[in-house]
Amino acid sequence: MAKASFEIPKLDEYPEVPPVVPGTMAHSKPYVAKPDFQAPLEFPGELPDDWHDKAIDAMGDLLGKYRSLRVYLDSCVKCGACTDKCHYYLGTQDPKNMPVGRQDLLRKVYRRHFTFAGKYFPKLVGAEDLTKEVLDDWYSYFHQCSQCRRCSVFCPYGIDTAEISMAAREIMDRIGVGQKYCNEIIGKVYKIGNNLGLPEKALADTLEGLEEDVEEDTGVAVKFPLDVKGADILVVTPSADFFAEPHVDGLIGYGKVFHEAGVSWTLSSKASEAANFGMFIGSYENMRRVSLRIREAALELGVKRIIFGECGHAWRVAYSFLNTLAGPFDFLDPKYPVPQHILEFTWGEIQKGTLNIDKSANDDMVVTFHDSCNVARASRMGSEPGGQFKIPRNVIKAVCNHFVDMAPETIHEKTFCCGGGGGLLTDDLMELRVKGAKPRMEALKNVIEDYGVTNMAAICAICKSQFTKVLPYYGMDMDMIVSVHQLVSNAIVLTGQTSEDDEEESTEDAA
Amino acid sequence: MPIEVNGKTLETDEEGYLANINEWEPGVADVMAKEDELDLTDEHWDIINFLREYYEEYQIAPAVRVLTKAVGKKLGKDKGNSKYLYGLFPYGPGKQACRYAGLPKPTGCV
Repeated sequence: MAKASFEIPKLDEYPEVPPVVPGTMAHSKPYVAKPDFQAPLEFPGELPDDWHDKAIDAMGDLLGKYRSLRVYLDSCVKCGACTDKCHYYLGTQDPKNMPVGRQDLLRKVYRRHFTFAGKYFPKLVGAEDLTKEVLDDWYSYFHQCSQCRRCSVFCPYGIDTAEISMAAREIMDRIGVGQKYCNEIIGKVYKIGNNLGLPEKALADTLEGLEEDVEEDTGVAVKFPLDVKGADILVVTPSADFFAEPHVDGLIGYGKVFHEAGVSWTLSSKASEAANFGMFIGSYENMRRVSLRIREAALELGVKRIIFGECGHAWRVAYSFLNTLAGPFDFLDPKYPVPQHILEFTWGEIQKGTLNIDKSANDDMVVTFHDSCNVARASRMGSEPGGQFKIPRNVIKAVCNHFVDMAPETIHEKTFCCGGGGGLLTDDLMELRVKGAKPRMEALKNVIEDYGVTNMAAICAICKSQFTKVLPYYGMDMDMIVSVHQLVSNAIVLTGQTSEDDEEESTEDAA
Repeated sequence: MPIEVNGKTLETDEEGYLANINEWEPGVADVMAKEDELDLTDEHWDIINFLREYYEEYQIAPAVRVLTKAVGKKLGKDKGNSKYLYGLFPYGPGKQACRYAGLPKPTGCV
């Protein structure tokens, strides 16, 4: 871990609402996208002279398109229910990180230009002009919202701060003030096919390497197919699964499950990315363009089903928006949900009994589960309400003997964000990421101390990378974070598997 | 911020990555390491050289697993893990070592 240039929060035994300290995070802002990173997304490269009018026009355009945005901006009654619900407020004490404080940054300009009272009596209703200072505040604080939507669970009006953040980022993109991290990445998806910029040759080599590794470990030739025409299932997974740890251990798990289930599947070099950062920047056009790759790949490969790997916001886009963005998917097999989550598939196979599971393979761990925001609050799994909470836990419990949940106010729909979601997983926001992880770290520390938890499982590439980075700041081991399908992978005994463990066991038996 | 290497001025981006990979020379790694108060040993150079070879072939940095596997093969199994790499490059092998090697930063959810 690198040395921190900021104060790392102390973890409290019980979550406490900290006192307000204005301006603690006013300095935090991510790098601005250079013109080269704006162009592929069809956004202007620099702030034009008439940026103010363009910004107000953009706001008007979004208000016309999204009724929800206007309702959210109109309906807040300042009840205060949201004020202590944001992990970034709890970690930074900056009142502009209270959801209402963040919303008001946009709301005050909305009132000035789009409400009668704000136009004629601005001071009476807290309406303000969009000055350069206000724009700078937008850039700073709308990049301190991970769009996790925890606040909206507690808002009596259901105001969704994520949508307000998305709108603000879209307005800024339209006047040439984009964020480097997100926009560079979206450009890479267009150019190369994934967030990483992993070319087809490197992807093929990586998958071949995985086949070698699994065969070496198990003696079974588990395949990780790429661009196989006529396969039944197209698997779309975050490119981090090809690249980072513990993500890749999850990908190995998917491969083993498909192998044992006896289905034909393939990855695609065209749709070699599940993530869709178009959502983070609130750009419908870019979200759609990113989504269409999946449709094209499915058509070209002639698959019957689409399954998504472990990626939080991708599952929101897939579950909630894919059909309207890239549908209709009438060419797929109607017997299966479009799309399906890898956990739904694995849980189905576990219930059918096609997987030979040795739970003791995970006996060195006491596992807890981190619900990812976009899965928990913006989607579902299976056919029952709450399936997105039950199915991941069912799968974990089916492959692990020791499972413990964290405190109830920090899981399920009340889950705390990892601190790196919504397009904030970038090194230039490390202070924010570390501070924003505080509530999750507290809940984790409590189950470590009370129940001896050794590992936290997650189903989102961002969560996994974020925790790997921030755990050491809080004195915990980066290896604590595991993929859910990594646990599955550990426990599956493949048909015909020979492993070192078996040899050891047979020696023991003989003795 | 540009860096000075053997009398030449080389452009870097906001995060200190070389703007043009073709301008790389071993002195780049030395200068960057000095700024991070890190002494480059032969062990560091093994990693940097591997990254450059891999990039030349595949136009991207190797995955952590590919890197650890290669290191394990070359330097022994006890060194083929990310702990060893983080020991050498505390800011993360993917990012710090890539920067020294002149490679673009890996982007995305990593």
